[in-house]
Amino acid sequence: MVAAMSGGVDSSVAAAMLSEQGHDVIGLSMQLYDQQSGQTSFGSCCSIDDLHDARRVATKLGIPHYILNFEREFNAHVVSGFVRDYASARTPIPCVHCNGKLKFTNLLDRALGLGATTVATGHYARVESDGRGHRVLRRGLDLDKDQSYFLFTLTQDQLAHAQFPLGELSKLEVRAYAAAQQLPVADKPDSHEICFVPDGDYAGFVERHVPEAAAPGPIADTTGRVVGKHAGIHRFTVGQRKGLGLSSPVPLYVVSIDAGSRTVTVGPREAIERTMLTASRVNWISGKPLSGPTKVTAQIRHHHPQATAVVRPTGPTSASVEFESPQPAISPGQAVVFYDGTAVVGGGWID
Amino acid sequence: MRIYLDHNATTPVDPAVVELVSNVLGSQFGNASSVHYFGQTAKAIIDEARSAVAALLGCGPQEIVFTSGGTESDNLAIRGVAEALAPTKRRHLIASGIEHEAVLNTLKAFRKRGWSTSLLPVDGSGVIEPSALEDALTDETALVSVMHVNNEIGTIQPIPQLADLAHRHGALFHTDAVQSVGKLGIDVAELGVDLLSLSAHKFNGPKSVGALWIRRGSRLTSMMTGGRQERNRRAGTENVPGIAGLGEAAQLATGKLAGESARVGALRDRLESGILRAVSSTAVNGDITQRVCNTTNISFDRVEAESLLIALDLEGIAVSTGSACSSGTLEPSHVLRAMGFSPHRAQNSIRFSLGLGNTKEQVDRVVEIMPVVVNKLRRLTAREVS
Repeated sequence: MVAAMSGGVDSSVAAAMLSEQGHDVIGLSMQLYDQQSGQTSFGSCCSIDDLHDARRVATKLGIPHYILNFEREFNAHVVSGFVRDYASARTPIPCVHCNGKLKFTNLLDRALGLGATTVATGHYARVESDGRGHRVLRRGLDLDKDQSYFLFTLTQDQLAHAQFPLGELSKLEVRAYAAAQQLPVADKPDSHEICFVPDGDYAGFVERHVPEAAAPGPIADTTGRVVGKHAGIHRFTVGQRKGLGLSSPVPLYVVSIDAGSRTVTVGPREAIERTMLTASRVNWISGKPLSGPTKVTAQIRHHHPQATAVVRPTGPTSASVEFESPQPAISPGQAVVFYDGTAVVGGGWID
Repeated sequence: MRIYLDHNATTPVDPAVVELVSNVLGSQFGNASSVHYFGQTAKAIIDEARSAVAALLGCGPQEIVFTSGGTESDNLAIRGVAEALAPTKRRHLIASGIEHEAVLNTLKAFRKRGWSTSLLPVDGSGVIEPSALEDALTDETALVSVMHVNNEIGTIQPIPQLADLAHRHGALFHTDAVQSVGKLGIDVAELGVDLLSLSAHKFNGPKSVGALWIRRGSRLTSMMTGGRQERNRRAGTENVPGIAGLGEAAQLATGKLAGESARVGALRDRLESGILRAVSSTAVNGDITQRVCNTTNISFDRVEAESLLIALDLEGIAVSTGSACSSGTLEPSHVLRAMGFSPHRAQNSIRFSLGLGNTKEQVDRVVEIMPVVVNKLRRLTAREVS
């Protein structure tokens, strides 16, 4: 089997566990950025230092390790969509695409070509067989670290080839395992930022790729009255409170962003609450759409409280979601993921 | 059993070289600049190595400058000549588009400093047309640098004609002979060049040692400032064990050149024709008549070379593709791209480079396993497409 190794502690432990269990493991790492452009050390995931870390771990484990050049694919499937989303008033989640398109499409294909049947990653999630030939995707047992939200696009075929060795573990246990095995990355800090924008300056990143995104526009209140101006809609995300540059007796939030007129609409907290959303490009984990309205717990961003909702399929890959209580900051471009207990039912992109 | 077919990347060190280097490292610690016995002994070792390298190239020993390898030799040649000619109006450098990065990136550095540079195109067979050099040369050209043998496809460039053209315009001519020394008989007079780079580890010597041959009388400014080693051309205490190893490797190469070239050439031909016969939709890249004996570069249609390389490594067969970059991943080869191949073809090409230690049995084993591995990968590609 193939262990996808980013050079972080999680994927390193995943590889180590499989190796310890006696599996024939090949470590593969993805090089995602131009290493020759001179812009070194993105510093959180898959940077050149991380690739070296992955190699050191593989050496320690005594498994073969190779670095695959996925710069082109990463740019096509992850970076360009990230930039496009921000420039068109959406708030992207690049990690979902990296999982679905890179790790469980491109990397999986390479793994299969090498005779492997499985790609294992360091995600905190579980994949189980339902005993009837289908796979069930579940939250990781450590709910603080659970990453199932980022895996909702996986198909039955992809899940059949996926393994998440950390699914039953807590982060503490993973750290302890890394220390016990003396993995060179045992004390490496976790990565938080989006890996290709390590300084967290998304606006600057978007502007470098799409200079015209920096076009100014009006800030209006919910009645349409212009109350200020801004330096580009890519600087805003629905629900955002900081950085509006407005003085107001009550806290103001971004209510909506209109890409056409470049208008950012702001309002008080009540104005960002909604009970309804629609989602498109929905993936149903079972492979079949729900047959009718179904009560689920829904999550509208990573690390967001779960909310009770009813999801109604409105087409093979679309759905509407009605929450029991109003939800703040439903951001277009983010994903809504539906759960039945710990099992992922499916998910889609918020319109 | 692992089979090593990546001799253009580096070669196994000849046991005789290992023995000599160990002995020098272990017991001859003197500084060659010292006046006393220890220094004299070290100096004698260097002198002997210098003579051995000179014999291999057909030049005078005093024309050899020892360096840390091919990259430093290329840098010293280009930077040294350019610096020496900087005060004149000659501020133009020419190289071929299929040079090693040591040359290409050095030219790039000069370009940033305001020099003009030209890269010569190659034709589809990977050979430089002398007319392309003719077009690029001006009266301001300081130096032309064209490699003798290409590292990726093994083509031999028409160095004597190219050097002659450069000289007619008053330019100096450098050749990176890292891939030809030890494989082809070299005579600097016949090549007609002014500077020539070589590297020990490409012909069964140790790493991090090489040499630059500089025609007597050529103006060259040292890059390294410091002591007066190497006749003021390369400051720094000499790497005596490494230089001894280079000398030994040069001597061995001189002795076995003809026989070993024929042996390796026959193995390469056996491998190449075997693969072409056993695996469908394959093609050899680069001119097959003007080619060094040990190299073949083959395209495998509908296969990602990166995957093929890994699959072969897992079978114990070491080959390579393109040029490895800092992290060890693969870029589409700039050489194949310069030959006009699509990125696609550039990305499904594998280089096999043979050398000392390869046997007929190994070659037959590779020919046997190749179709199995390739067909497995191709079935996968077919699955993706369907």
